[in-house]
Amino acid sequence: MTTLSRRSLLAGTAGAIAATTLAAPYVRAQAAPIRIGVLHSLSGTMAISETTLRDVMLMLVEEQNKKGGVLGRRIEPVVVDPASNWPLFAERARELISVHRVSAVFGCWTSVSRKSVLPVFEELNNILFYPVQYEGEESSRNIFYTGAAPNQQAIPAVDYLMNEEKVQRWALLGTDYVYPRTTNRILDAYLKSKGVAAEDIFVNYTPFGHSDWQSIVAQVKRFGSAGKKTAVVSTINGDANVPFYKELANQGIKATDIPVVAFSVGEEELAGIDTGPLVGHLAAWNYFMSVDTPENKAFIDTWHKFIRNPRRPTNDPMEAHYIGFNMWVQAVQKAGTPDPDPVIDAMIGVAVPNLTGSIAAMMPNHHITKPVLIGEIQADGQFNVVWQTKGTVVGDEWSDYLEGSKDLIADWRPPMRCGNFNVRTGRCGGQS
Amino acid sequence: MGVLLRLVLCLALLIFAAFIQAPPTRAQQAAEDPVAAIAAASGFDELARAIDRLAVSGHPQALAIVEALRAGTLGQRAADRALLWRDAEGRFRDAATGEVVEGVSPRDVRPIRVNNRVRRSLDAALGALQLASPDPRVRLSAAERVFRARDPEAIPVLEAQIARETDPRIRRAMEWARAAALLASDRDVAAKVEAVATIRTRYDLDARGLLASLRDEPPEVMEAASAAIRAIDRHLALVHAAQDVVFGLSLGSVLLLAAIGLAITFGVMGVINMAHGEMVMLGAYTTFVVQDWIRDNAPHLFDHSLFIALPLAFVVAALAGVLIERTIIRFLYGRPLETLLATFGLSLMLQQAVRVIFGPNNREVGNPSWMSGSIELFELMLTRNRVAIIVFGFAVFFALLLVIRRTRLGLEMRAVTQNRRMAGSMGIRVPWIDSLTFALGSGVAGLAGVALSQIDNVSPNLGQGYIIDSFMVVVFGGVGNLWGTLVAAYTLGIVNKLLEPFAGAVLGKIAVLVLLVLFIQVKPRGLFPLKGRAVEA
Amino acid sequence: MLRALIGDRAVVMVAALVLAGAIGVAFANQSLPPTHELHASVFAVGLIGKYLCFALLALAIDLVWGYAGILSLGHGVFWGLGGYAMGMHLMRLIGPRGVYGHPVLPDFMVFLNWTELPWYWRGFDQAWFALLMVVLVPSVLAFVFGWLAFRSRVTGVYLSIITQALTYATMLAFFRNDMGFGGNNGLTDFRELFGFSLRDDGTRVGLMLASAVAVVLGLILCRLIVASRFGKVLIAVRDAESRVRFLGYRPEAYKLAALVVSAALAGIAGALYVPQVGIINPSEFAPTFSIEAVIWVAVGGRGTLAGAVLGAVLVNALKSWFTTAMPDLWLFALGGLFILVTLLMPKGVLGLVSALPTAFSRRGVIAERPA
Repeated sequence: MTTLSRRSLLAGTAGAIAATTLAAPYVRAQAAPIRIGVLHSLSGTMAISETTLRDVMLMLVEEQNKKGGVLGRRIEPVVVDPASNWPLFAERARELISVHRVSAVFGCWTSVSRKSVLPVFEELNNILFYPVQYEGEESSRNIFYTGAAPNQQAIPAVDYLMNEEKVQRWALLGTDYVYPRTTNRILDAYLKSKGVAAEDIFVNYTPFGHSDWQSIVAQVKRFGSAGKKTAVVSTINGDANVPFYKELANQGIKATDIPVVAFSVGEEELAGIDTGPLVGHLAAWNYFMSVDTPENKAFIDTWHKFIRNPRRPTNDPMEAHYIGFNMWVQAVQKAGTPDPDPVIDAMIGVAVPNLTGSIAAMMPNHHITKPVLIGEIQADGQFNVVWQTKGTVVGDEWSDYLEGSKDLIADWRPPMRCGNFNVRTGRCGGQS
Repeated sequence: MGVLLRLVLCLALLIFAAFIQAPPTRAQQAAEDPVAAIAAASGFDELARAIDRLAVSGHPQALAIVEALRAGTLGQRAADRALLWRDAEGRFRDAATGEVVEGVSPRDVRPIRVNNRVRRSLDAALGALQLASPDPRVRLSAAERVFRARDPEAIPVLEAQIARETDPRIRRAMEWARAAALLASDRDVAAKVEAVATIRTRYDLDARGLLASLRDEPPEVMEAASAAIRAIDRHLALVHAAQDVVFGLSLGSVLLLAAIGLAITFGVMGVINMAHGEMVMLGAYTTFVVQDWIRDNAPHLFDHSLFIALPLAFVVAALAGVLIERTIIRFLYGRPLETLLATFGLSLMLQQAVRVIFGPNNREVGNPSWMSGSIELFELMLTRNRVAIIVFGFAVFFALLLVIRRTRLGLEMRAVTQNRRMAGSMGIRVPWIDSLTFALGSGVAGLAGVALSQIDNVSPNLGQGYIIDSFMVVVFGGVGNLWGTLVAAYTLGIVNKLLEPFAGAVLGKIAVLVLLVLFIQVKPRGLFPLKGRAVEA
Repeated sequence: MLRALIGDRAVVMVAALVLAGAIGVAFANQSLPPTHELHASVFAVGLIGKYLCFALLALAIDLVWGYAGILSLGHGVFWGLGGYAMGMHLMRLIGPRGVYGHPVLPDFMVFLNWTELPWYWRGFDQAWFALLMVVLVPSVLAFVFGWLAFRSRVTGVYLSIITQALTYATMLAFFRNDMGFGGNNGLTDFRELFGFSLRDDGTRVGLMLASAVAVVLGLILCRLIVASRFGKVLIAVRDAESRVRFLGYRPEAYKLAALVVSAALAGIAGALYVPQVGIINPSEFAPTFSIEAVIWVAVGGRGTLAGAVLGAVLVNALKSWFTTAMPDLWLFALGGLFILVTLLMPKGVLGLVSALPTAFSRRGVIAERPA
């Protein structure tokens, strides 16, 4: 139902899909399609980020169906709109699983939406692919985290600044929610372990959508005048970034003086800013649109054709869905069934190529391996990769730098099958 | 030994010779010629070093190359690794000679990318190369660049330029640059102490940063530096306090602009327009459309885009206002609470309409060049866009005051507000005035949208972010009193900014809201309550 | 008393409808096999439970807006506080089963390095204390706020605007992680309530039934208030506050009492809502949510208790359907509904219904037209 209306909104593509899927030799007309859910906000405050992910999922499904679907069955996406409303996320997740009978769900952006649906997925035993970088401190049997954990983004970025830019003083600016809080706590512990003094770390939190950055930028400027090379680590979220970068540019903070490295600013966010004055500021991600690989080129071409706009950027969470979807397809093939239980077991160890020329593998902790790239903002709104990790980094669900979690590990393979195994007490905690 | 060994040796020699044949020439060439060194550089560090050398090489094309690198127009031809840059007309020029090279396709030339490390070298090089520029503004910024670069090798050039410089301001900047370079050199203690004294006279954060960065210097120098830092800190404490007030003024102007249209519709007409924020949003999107059109059709007009957008935004929002008044609000006069609900519904629809038309993402609205960057006034750093908004806020306010106090429309508006029936019987076309008043308020909100597009996101949520603040300002100032709105906006802005350094942005805002709620309990009619019969209307 | 109750037939009918509907759905879920075409899924049970909580909130708003003329655009604050009180109890009940296995501290406190439980979290492990707080916290806030506001005669639009400011400030405060309420993530991952597992279908049905009972009790309570002498004065205050004052009454006392009762009802509604949706987060305090809730009342019919309940269920059912079928159009529909209702149906749906001569007796159910 929803699927159809979404499709028809996406113009003539529906006809094209129908034609190709009918023509595909592997698809038998009588085989019931495999349904997957797409749980991204299409209205409300998060629509700005999540609508794109809905589109990318529809594209991936379409492409897969062109190749004959999976297990000889067509894949049918079921799109629902949780409207940026957290309780509604849980309600819609339940609807997808128990009413639409989907085999897996791709969705969520904010941590709170994931936290809201987590009990639903555990109760109804289904699968969620979560594509956004997050604060870690979680590993559920029913969730596969295809975005970055803090050690796949924040720590390499800080290492880069410390080694390449010789930064000694750190301003950690963030929006006041759990991802920046946790990331900054991890960074604080990490920096101190590297010999950075407490007075060389400045932490500041602002509310969502903060738009008046005058005082804080001035404060950063003052903080930067202590004779040590200073950098800003920004975990500022979404909407607050545009006014923040505008204020930086206007107060004359240049990347050559005080570089800003951001973890939540990608190509999509930069599309709303004149990037001229921001050239040289940095972002750490696991994917950039500008990465020059055949896989990425093909992905971007397909995306532009699908969305019918050659100027739409691609970004990191889109790549995460690309990886997650391909992993799911492989796991379904491996398990020989789309049923969640066998697929969950088959997922671990599945490896698919990512878009940056390496391999993403699903680890026993339900996180994946990712390369870490540091990019500098260019005048054209793209990132120029100036550094990247030698190989890929395994996502670390329980941070080693937090008091409560340093003894915890997750391993969903038998015999452990535990998301929070305490290596000190030797017990799997918290499982009711 | 014998023949075999000799043969092997010979072979080895041959191979060795063949191996080293090509590289030495290129390496040698690179060693002598800085342009070749740039061409041969692999990695950002080597590139930066090559640029450092280029800056002091006296190469006739050095400035052209540095500027091309900064602009991102320098590239390397794939075939022969020759450096070429693209001039303003789009022709390629040979970097070493500056001559036009014909027949180069842009596809064959790969641009040379730079990072922050390289950019710093470029800045330093540009400074050193432009110190002798005939343009005094260029010389001044060159001196600033050299100040930041702190390169001892620049000292002779600086000294030569200082002797020649006639403009006292530029000479001072050059002396600061020289002092900075001196501190980085291995000159004697006396020279360094003097350099510290010179830098101290800047009294700014850069000077403080530079002095604080001194390490392992003789005790005399360190003492002079720490004394200078203390002096600068004392000075800056005052400056920063003043700066906070300026920030407050700027925030106040934003609040004033956001609220002033509401002061008309709510304050004068008593209509609670929850879609007021969306009128602001319409203004911002008008700016976006204007700029989008200019980018595609008349790029030279970009700096004037805001002046084109202003009247259009006013008209767009005012028309929307008339439409709303005619179709919805006029049926609800005297029922303010119902208006509130209806206009809230309207605001949802407007937001969604914009989301459907323009997409949910932020749209890019650029700052014209005259609104970018900052100016310094009595050591206060004023960002140009904020100054423009402060000025614009006052301009709108006084224009509006003039309309209400001095025009026939204003007179009739006041008459209708005070006593609708009497005004009607005096021959004023009351419904007509209602429409015009509402249009005026909405139009002013549209104007505010043009201003806010310069500092905030242009997204469908733009209006929502301001609606509660706007109502607070109007209620705090006293409904129906434009002056009250002005005072309220600036008071709230300044209080907020003075609280922020202590309480943080979130608590500061909460504190202001709570204070406001309490204030209303004490003075339910705001700072400047209207007196007389209009009150109970 | 009984006569007062059955004096409003719409209330009786709606109460009966709510009870019958809830019991019917519960039966359809528990006793009919999933293959039966009338089987109600747990999903449906959850939806209805949610609508009923909204209905109770709408009832609370109608009591002050429809009968005392106080347009509160900040009832989300009472609703949210009730919800948080329940959420805190549910968090404490997780006990050592949190992911970090800490015996007392909730997970979000562990990983944000809290070492001990803040004082305001104490006692919430006891059900009676939490239930008391569900009612007490919103009531006390309403009392303080109302006492200040009504004493200085803040009325009408001004009152509406400062209630918005109140809920907005509360939202900002609860977003702060330093407050110790979990910040933006709020409170989630609840396990059990009164010893029943929240992941159990039976518990869900139970909660839905409890919500239905709460709505019915709320209807009875409000009807008794409205029909009493106190209610008559309240309506008089709504229609002509100055006259009531000149007659020697103290309108502020009546308004204050109504606001406190209403806040308590909203708190209970929020407390019932949280275990059913499984999360409480500061966005419940969002100013727009409070305004939306007022619209439910307007749609159903302001000043009619039955209308508030009907309106809430109707609008939210519409919302569920629209956001699934046509997500892009939902805001147009909602916005349009607001405008149409205020312009064309000032008495709401119930007003339309009662205009049909056969539907209700001539005595009518609609209170006098509000000023």
